[in-house]
Amino acid sequence: MNNSFLLQIKDLKATIDNKEILKGLNLEVKPGEIHAIMGPNGSGKSTLASVLTGREIAQVTHGSVSFDGKDLLSLSPEERAREGIFLSFQYPIEIPGVSMVNFMKTAVNEQRKHRGLDPLSASDFLKLMREKKELVEIDSALTNRSVNEGFSGGEKKKNEIFQMAMLEPRLSILDETDSGLDIDALRIVANGVNKIRKPDTSVIVITHYQRLLDYIVPDVVHVLYNGRIVRTAGKELALELEERGYDWIKREADNVEA
Amino acid sequence: MDNNQDKVLNEVTQGEYKYGFVTDIDTEKIPVGLNEEIVRLISAKKNEPEWLLEFRLKAFRHWQTMKMPSWANLKIPEIKYQDIIYYAAPKQRVAPESMDDVDPELKKTFEKLGIPLEEQKRLTGVAVDAVMDSVSVKTTFRETLAEEGIIFCSFSEAVREHPSLVQKYLASVVPYTDNFFAALNSAVFSDGSFCYIPKGVRCPMELSTYFRINAANTGQFERTLLIADEEAYVSYLEGCTAPQRDENQLHAAVVEIVAERGAEVKYSTVQNWYPGDREGRGGIYNFVTKRGICKGESSKISWTQVETGSAITWKYPSCILRGDNSVGEFYSVAVTNNHQQADTGTKMIHLGKNTRSTIVSKGISAGLSQNSYRGLVKVVKKADNARNFSQCDSLLLGDRCGAHTFPYIEVDNQSAVVEHEATTSRIGEDQIFYCNQRGISTEDAIGLIVNGYAREVINKLPMEFAVEATKLLQISLEGSVG
Ligand SMILES: Nc1ncnc2c1ncn2[C@@H]1O[C@H](COP(=O)(O)OP(=O)(O)O)[C@@H](O)[C@H]1O
Ligand SMILES: [Mg+2]
Repeated sequence: MNNSFLLQIKDLKATIDNKEILKGLNLEVKPGEIHAIMGPNGSGKSTLASVLTGREIAQVTHGSVSFDGKDLLSLSPEERAREGIFLSFQYPIEIPGVSMVNFMKTAVNEQRKHRGLDPLSASDFLKLMREKKELVEIDSALTNRSVNEGFSGGEKKKNEIFQMAMLEPRLSILDETDSGLDIDALRIVANGVNKIRKPDTSVIVITHYQRLLDYIVPDVVHVLYNGRIVRTAGKELALELEERGYDWIKREADNVEA
Repeated sequence: MDNNQDKVLNEVTQGEYKYGFVTDIDTEKIPVGLNEEIVRLISAKKNEPEWLLEFRLKAFRHWQTMKMPSWANLKIPEIKYQDIIYYAAPKQRVAPESMDDVDPELKKTFEKLGIPLEEQKRLTGVAVDAVMDSVSVKTTFRETLAEEGIIFCSFSEAVREHPSLVQKYLASVVPYTDNFFAALNSAVFSDGSFCYIPKGVRCPMELSTYFRINAANTGQFERTLLIADEEAYVSYLEGCTAPQRDENQLHAAVVEIVAERGAEVKYSTVQNWYPGDREGRGGIYNFVTKRGICKGESSKISWTQVETGSAITWKYPSCILRGDNSVGEFYSVAVTNNHQQADTGTKMIHLGKNTRSTIVSKGISAGLSQNSYRGLVKVVKKADNARNFSQCDSLLLGDRCGAHTFPYIEVDNQSAVVEHEATTSRIGEDQIFYCNQRGISTEDAIGLIVNGYAREVINKLPMEFAVEATKLLQISLEGSVG
C-alpha cells in the first residue's frame, strides 16, 4: 500500500532547542502530486523543510518519514539530496569564492555518481547549463558569479529554481519561493517550476499567498498551524484563505485543542 | 549547535599525512651535538675550501652569542640544540655518475613521493634536484640545461665547480648575522640547490628541488642560492615532506635570490613537512629565512607559497627592492589544522625609485591551530613613488582556532602609496548545509570553499603544481569544519 506514496510522514514530532515545533504531523504525497502547505508565520513550515532535508537544527523526537520506501531520517543530508529531494531555500545562502559553475558541476556529478553514471564532460556540462538557463530564464551573468554572492532577493530565488532544473529532483520543496518577487519574477519562477516538472515528480509548495498557486496549481492544500496540519482540502481552500485570512482556522484549531 | 560543530570539526580533521613513511637505508651520521669540531667535521666531510670553513666558523661563533627570537606569535617548546645530529647522509657515492649508481631504495623513495629520478619519467619541462637529509641525491636534466649555460646542481657541487660564483653571492642577501636560525644554518648547512641563469637566458624548464627528511633525530639545514643574471628568467619550485615521528625535527633553511638588471625570478614553494598528529605530537619545526634582492633596475622577484605542513612555521620570504622600477610579489596560502602554528608573511623593503610590491596572504585555520600573518612594508627616504598593495585574508573553520594579522608599515617618503586590506571570514554551518542539500558532502564542500578562497594564489603556481597544491589543501583540511 505504502508503495504508492513518494513521501509518507507519520505522526512527526520535532523540537528546536528543546521546544516542540512539530507536534504530530501527517502527510502523504503521491508521485506527480503538487501539495501546497499554507499557514501563519511561525507554524513550523520551514521546520518541516529542515526535518525533511536533514538540517540539524531540528531534532526529530517521534514519528517516521519514508521516501520512496526508504527510511528518510536515517540518511545524511547529502544522501537525501542525491535520492532526489530538493529544497528551494527560504533564505538562500551566499558562498563567496565558489563559482556557480564549480558548485553545480560538483552537485550534478555527485548525483550522477549516486546513480552509477559517469561524470559529465566539461562540454556536456556547459551545454546542460545553457539549456537549463534558458528553461528558467535566468540571466547568464548570474551563473558566472559566486554562489548567490551579491544577488538580489529575486535573483537568489531564480537561482534556486535554476538549480532545481539542473538537478531534476523527484520531490521539490519550495519554501516561500514567491516571497519578495514582483509579479514578473513570480511568473518566471512559476513557469520554470512547471517546465521542470515531469509526470512522476512531486512538489511541496510552502507559501502564504494564493497568487503563486494561480501558476503552480496544487492538487491538495494543507494548512499547517501550531505544528499540526489542521485542514486539508482541494485548491479552493487556498482561495478561501486568501479571502478570509487565517484567524478562523486558528480559532477552530485552538478550540479543538482546548 | 556547538555539539554539531564539534562533531563536524572532528570528522573533517581526520586527514592522514600521506608521506609519513621511513626509507630503510644505511645512513652515515656524525656524532650528536654542536661545537666547533662538529662544524669542522661537516666541512671536512664535504672537502670544502678554507674560505667556506672560515665562513662557517664565524657564523657558529656569532650564533653562540645569539638567542632564539621570541617575538613571533608562536609557542615553541625548548629546542635542545645539543641533542640534534647535524649531518646525516644516505650511504652512496655522493655524486652518482648515472642512474645506475643511485641506490635503488632512494630511487624507490622519490618515486613513491611522486618524484621519479629517471628523466624520461619526469613531467616534461621540469628539472629536479632531489635532496635527502643532508645531501643531494640526483639532479636531473643537467646536460640539457648546460647547453644554455645554466648551472643547476647541488650546493656542494657548486662549491667545488663554481667557487667564485658561490663566494661572490653566498650570504650577500642573508648575512650570517641576520638572525638566529640564519646563523645556525650558515654554520652547519649541508646541501641544497644552486642555480645560475646567465645573461639574457630564459630558463626553458621549471627548476625544482625536492627536500626529504628521512633520518631520525637529525636536523635539516639546506641552503639554496639562485642567481638570475641580467635579463634572465627562471621559475623555481621547491617541495618537501618528512616521515611521521613522535619527536619534533628542526628544519632551518636559508634561501637567497639575486635578480640582476631586468631579471625575473619566480620562486614557488609547496611546503608539506610532517605537521604532527592530531594531538600535536611530533612534526617539523620549519624556521626558514628566505630573501631575494632585486639588485638591478626593472628586476622582479615573486614568491608564491602554499604552506600546509610543519608543526611550527616561522617564515617571511622577503624582497629588497634596490633597483629602480623593480617589483616584489608575495602570494601565500598558509593552512593550519589541529595543533599547528604558523607565523608567516613577508617584508617588502623599497629602496629604489618607482618600486612596486604586492602582498596577497590567505590564512586558513582549523582545529586548535594558530595562524598569524606578519608583514613589513618599508619605504626609505630616497624611494620616490613607491607603491604597495597588501591583501590579508583569514578564513576560520570552527571556533577553536585563531587567526591574527600583524602588518607593520614604515614609510619615510611622502610620495609613497601604501594600501592595506584585511578580511576575516568563517565557513558557516549554513554554507555547508546548503552544499549538502545539493548532494555535496561536507568534505567536498570545504574543498570547494577553500579552493575558491585560495584560487588567486594557487593560480600563481606553475600549472603542473597547481593541481597538486589544490589536492594538498583539501587533504590537510580533511575531516575539519563547522
Ligand atoms: N533557528 C531557530 N532557533 C530557534 N527557534 C527557531 C529557529 N527556527 C525556527 N524557530 C522557531 O520554530 C517555530 C517555527 O518556525 P518556522 O518553521 O520557521 O515557521 P514558518 O516557516 O512556518 O514561519 C517558530 O516559533 C520559530 O521561532
Ligand atoms: Mg518559514
